[in-house]
Amino acid sequence: MKPEELETKAAAEREKQAKFVATIACCASAGCQLPGTLTTTTDFFKQKVKEAGAADKVRVVPTGCMGLCSKGPIARVQTAGQPDQLFVELNADLGGKMVADYVKPVAEKAAPKPDAELAKHILPASDPFFAKQTKVVLKNMETLNAESLDDYILAGGYQAVRKALTRMTPEQVVAEIKASGLRGRGGAGFSTGLKWELTAKVKGDVKYVICNADEGDPGAFMDRGVLEGDPHAVLEGMIIGAYAMNSTNGILYIRAEYPLAVERVERAIRAAKAAGLLGKGILGTAFNFDCEVRLGAGAFVCGEETALIASCEGKRGTPRPRPPYPATKGVWDKPTCINNVETLANIAPIITRGAEWFAAMGTEKSKGTKVFALTGKVKNNGLVEVPMGTPIKTIVYDIGGGTANGRKVKAIQTGGPSGGMIPAQYFDTPVSYEHLQQLGSIMGSGGMIVLDEDDSIVDLTRFYLEFTVDESCGKCAPCRIGGRQLLTIVDKIAKGDGTRKDIETAKKICRAMQRASLCGLGQTAPNPVLSALKYFMHEFEARLKDGKAAPAPASVTK
Amino acid sequence: MTTATTPNVQEDLQRIAKKWKDKPGSLIMVLHEVQERLGCVPRNVCLELAKLIDVPVARIYEVVTFYNYFKTEAPGKHILSVCTGTACHLKGASKVLESLSKELGIKEGESSADKEFHLQSVRCVGCCGMAPVVMVNGAIHGKLKPESSGKEIVAQYRGK
Ligand SMILES: Cc1cc2nc3c(=O)[nH]c(=O)nc-3n(C[C@H](O)[C@H](O)[C@H](O)COP(=O)(O)O)c2cc1C
Ligand code: SF4
Ligand code: FES
Repeated sequence: MKPEELETKAAAEREKQAKFVATIACCASAGCQLPGTLTTTTDFFKQKVKEAGAADKVRVVPTGCMGLCSKGPIARVQTAGQPDQLFVELNADLGGKMVADYVKPVAEKAAPKPDAELAKHILPASDPFFAKQTKVVLKNMETLNAESLDDYILAGGYQAVRKALTRMTPEQVVAEIKASGLRGRGGAGFSTGLKWELTAKVKGDVKYVICNADEGDPGAFMDRGVLEGDPHAVLEGMIIGAYAMNSTNGILYIRAEYPLAVERVERAIRAAKAAGLLGKGILGTAFNFDCEVRLGAGAFVCGEETALIASCEGKRGTPRPRPPYPATKGVWDKPTCINNVETLANIAPIITRGAEWFAAMGTEKSKGTKVFALTGKVKNNGLVEVPMGTPIKTIVYDIGGGTANGRKVKAIQTGGPSGGMIPAQYFDTPVSYEHLQQLGSIMGSGGMIVLDEDDSIVDLTRFYLEFTVDESCGKCAPCRIGGRQLLTIVDKIAKGDGTRKDIETAKKICRAMQRASLCGLGQTAPNPVLSALKYFMHEFEARLKDGKAAPAPASVTK
Repeated sequence: MTTATTPNVQEDLQRIAKKWKDKPGSLIMVLHEVQERLGCVPRNVCLELAKLIDVPVARIYEVVTFYNYFKTEAPGKHILSVCTGTACHLKGASKVLESLSKELGIKEGESSADKEFHLQSVRCVGCCGMAPVVMVNGAIHGKLKPESSGKEIVAQYRGK
């Protein structure tokens, strides 16, 4: 298609949508299913709207995750000229009532008449969960039809690709991303612009752009949310990156545990290809870029760059030493740039709105926003997005609502199996790469797990170690053997058989693993242990034979 | 496991092989499609595949055994995947597992004698906001009450 056709398509879609009086946007992400029904939420509402005879006035669209998963299933009713209404904690009964007593009257321009019970399920948009967030990556999540390219174009989609391809040189694109200060959201926090520049400079007939959608941190689902809810935004980021680095081949490496994300991405790729937004001569320019999906198969280590590359080649996902870095030798030994899903989803907004706009958000060294998967003992579980530099307490207490059970918050854990714990007394700390690192944790990919005073730090430490030991590929001794030894020690302590000497030994093993492991998995596996010992030594001591010995509670000895 | 594959399965294998054969590095994608069709990637199928896609059988085994996702034996009809990711762990995943295990009389990683159910644990299915979570054949059951989850879930699928 020609660039101008974006406007034609948007206009046609606008006209199509204008025929409807109201829209029911249903969270159609994996998991948000009405209890007691076996259909998807979207199909359920379509059926109810049809039964109510309102199919010509009410549109039902599947969206991505609306963010507030703990209050799911959620549907948003949009009516022209009126504020959106959010219906939460729905079931089949309430869903039926919502259509009959709210949507149908609204569609017929009558006053809605929700009864007292349904009214209890309406959440005002002024709720702090929403009011305290700033959405860049998640901006389309609540309203966009996740299965429609035309709806994405109507929302301004592919204008960034158009701008980059028709009004900017590849160098200008790189410069813009560099100036924005965007850093990788996959964990390491490397400057995205710099990574693109390095890859752009390498000569090669074929180059690869890879989207890392392996999302290995258990307890985190930011990338799943974005892929399911706004797949074209990720494709746009990849196309712009490919243009900047002169790459023609793209791969989205998605974990197999996310079947819906795979489906939405494949649908998006098909639609983009059919519209000439992927493939040869994108938007009528001379630029060619195509991409395909490759599936993971349940190995955490495949999120690591060199293991991911091996996996994309159909091999076992074992890491290899770097250098050579992927920028020079990646997939099939070709120059390769790997970016995280959320990193890529930030690209189009930066190109459209400019580096300055982006850099105005955040701290000195961490720009833009960050999406967190807020889970654990917090009241509001879900996906949240805040400007970098937001204090932890805003996320945990204002957005998250504190604990659900009335217990006190003890700590948060960030960065998953590579990260650490941050006790509640540090909750004034702003979230940024540098601040979290100062505290001995990491930003990681965005998992934020809230612990209350009943949660045992020793138990959680053991949990993470079990995970990394399980997931170690076994290639190098420090990780394979060290990890196992560390787990044995923590296990011994958890069971009440540990001694002070064990703690010293554990620290030594940690340091050896950090220094000598081949890849990030082994290098960072000690982090949860070290941060737990740093802040919660008393919980370990309480279980030592020769400490202030107290028998381990039954729940952790099993 | 029998050594010969049925003509039906052979046809499918050929179709899958044809789709991917010319794409470099597609072994994992082939295995995904095989497992989706057969529920697992058994030995005899690996032998068959080796011929069809021209990859040494040792390489196929190497990959099948490395990745947790691939099964070499047919699981039960309904696959119950208990999430043991961090969020679910904190909300009682081990009790969910226990409850299902008790209800079905099998341990994690096993299938029921009548092959109706297979019980396994997985590391996060990405619905952490609804922890604790069990995925049954791809459908998510969230916000479970750990103690009663076994009865509730099994009742929904038994005989279906
Ligand atoms: C063991 C291990 C697991 C990782 N898992 C992921 C992952 O699931 N998703 C991701 O984007 N990055 C992951 N990373 C980081 C990637 O290797 C890489 O740094 C990142 O994808 C680069 O993209 P970014 O610069 O956009 O962050 C992992 C790293 C290690 C060492
Ligand atoms: S550090 Fe661990 S996961 Fe990484 S290569 Fe060594 S053994 Fe494998
Ligand atoms: S931790 Fe259970 S779904 Fe993520």
